[in-house]
Amino acid sequence: MLTQTLSLLANAAWETTYMVLVSLSIGTALGGPLGVMLATSGRGELFQMAAFNRVVGALVNATRSIPFIILAVAIIPFTRLVAGTSIGTGAAIVPLTVAATPFIARIIEGAVRGVDAGLIEAAQAMGAKPLQIVFKVLLPEALPSIVLGLTLTTVLLIGYSAMVGAVGGGGLGDLGIRYGYQRFRPDVMAAVVVTLIVVVQLIQTAGDRLARRLNKRLR
Amino acid sequence: MIRLEGLEKVYPAARGQAAHLALKGIDLTIGRGEIFGIIGRSGAGKSTLIRTINRLEKVTGGRVLVDGVDIAGLSNAELTAFRRRVGMVFQHFNLLSSRTVFGNVALPLELAKTPKAEIAARVAPMLELVGLSDKRDRYPAELSGGQKQRVGIARALVAEPMVLLCDEVTSALDPETTQQILDLLRDINRRLDLTMVVITHEMSVVRDLCDKVAVIDDGGIVEQGNVFDVFVRPEHPTTQALIAGEIEAALPKSLHRIIHGAPQKDGENPVVKVVFTGPNAYEPIISQLSRVAGIDFNILAGQVDYIQNRPFGILFVEAKGGLAEAERAIAFIQSRNLSAEIIGYVDPDTVPAG
Repeated sequence: MLTQTLSLLANAAWETTYMVLVSLSIGTALGGPLGVMLATSGRGELFQMAAFNRVVGALVNATRSIPFIILAVAIIPFTRLVAGTSIGTGAAIVPLTVAATPFIARIIEGAVRGVDAGLIEAAQAMGAKPLQIVFKVLLPEALPSIVLGLTLTTVLLIGYSAMVGAVGGGGLGDLGIRYGYQRFRPDVMAAVVVTLIVVVQLIQTAGDRLARRLNKRLR
Repeated sequence: MIRLEGLEKVYPAARGQAAHLALKGIDLTIGRGEIFGIIGRSGAGKSTLIRTINRLEKVTGGRVLVDGVDIAGLSNAELTAFRRRVGMVFQHFNLLSSRTVFGNVALPLELAKTPKAEIAARVAPMLELVGLSDKRDRYPAELSGGQKQRVGIARALVAEPMVLLCDEVTSALDPETTQQILDLLRDINRRLDLTMVVITHEMSVVRDLCDKVAVIDDGGIVEQGNVFDVFVRPEHPTTQALIAGEIEAALPKSLHRIIHGAPQKDGENPVVKVVFTGPNAYEPIISQLSRVAGIDFNILAGQVDYIQNRPFGILFVEAKGGLAEAERAIAFIQSRNLSAEIIGYVDPDTVPAG
């Protein structure tokens, strides 16, 4: 029975890792640029586009106001369109990515806005073009905050991934609900909880360490 | 090198604030190789003014001509190229915390897509120039304020600018470090014959660094000229107030308290302020005074400074005699092209013996 539990656990852990990593990657690929745009398109900023800033800001807020479990169910038609199915680990990546993108956008926006405006001015005075300012100044300077923010996002996504069991997503959360709760297997439940605690702890520690290594401000 | 003609800057009304006229018709000419100081109190418009020279601040009226080019007409690409030829140093250094000293100094060259080998070859002598070769791979957080500003200066010079803009570059530094940075800038000016525009609120920076100075008050230039002339004969009240801070230091507070204005009371002696400048500054004036006026003079306080290598001294003396003798002494001093005036009266018994 122990081997069975372990194999269930290993399989579920792999599914969770897969869902979180893929949605984190796509979410960063989409939310990153969005966040930079949000941080630089306000009035008097690098790429001033006030209307764009307001519209995207509202859209981001709207997505973030919907509780994840509702979002996952509500966008099932969209999920089917993208993934071809609404059931399974692959399909679960769609709502996870939809939730991750605006979250990451706000994280990146905050990190980029945290860069001292004096640095932008100094770069402009050197004759930096706006895109050079983004890639040579804003992103490198914001990197430690970005790493911390993405660590936070990863932990959040692990939590969300437990809910996609509701739409047939699989993963550690799903294992806990189906075996631990519905089939009265406290050993499975305990294994799931312990695994989640250890994984989250490891991710947070790794993220903190990396951010500290990248941060050259405090020595 | 730089000509500002009728420069105006209006900040439009916004969020309950009325429109603000920050610069009111500024006319300035800054010659090649000059160190030109612009001094004023905070809020006088000096930071706005220096930022119009590289168009970080767009003017709403008038013209900014740099090397004969009206910079308002530059396209984006031309503005980028122009800014690469104008170095700027900031009060708070504005160094990238994520880059080493080398990386910070290399940044302007990287932005201009200079090949890597050439960057290394050009950054090294800059670090040498500012005395930071041994800190090449350190991060700004590991440096002192003065070292950070040296990095800022190296970064501003690495692209071989035609003009260096210095915005309150010593205001965040202690007096000793300030002096080192001013010496460095002077040295750079001489070696490279580089035109510099220096914004400051400290008269001592103007005195120790600049060739020419303009005094800005409430968005307008109220006085300008050679540093020595402005220092010795300030005309506008703002200039006088700014210089007073430097000169009043010559009259200690304890003496300030016992000297009072007219009328002269019985038994009190006039206090004469003598300002020495120019070729007669070296004359043995005090002994001559005693002979001419027939009375003794007691030196209360004084200081001698050198501005642009010319002596500039102030002496406060107590005329041990009546008003008539003091006035005779003043007439004599004025005949030697030095300036003197009675600034008050003092009871000889209250003067600390010394």
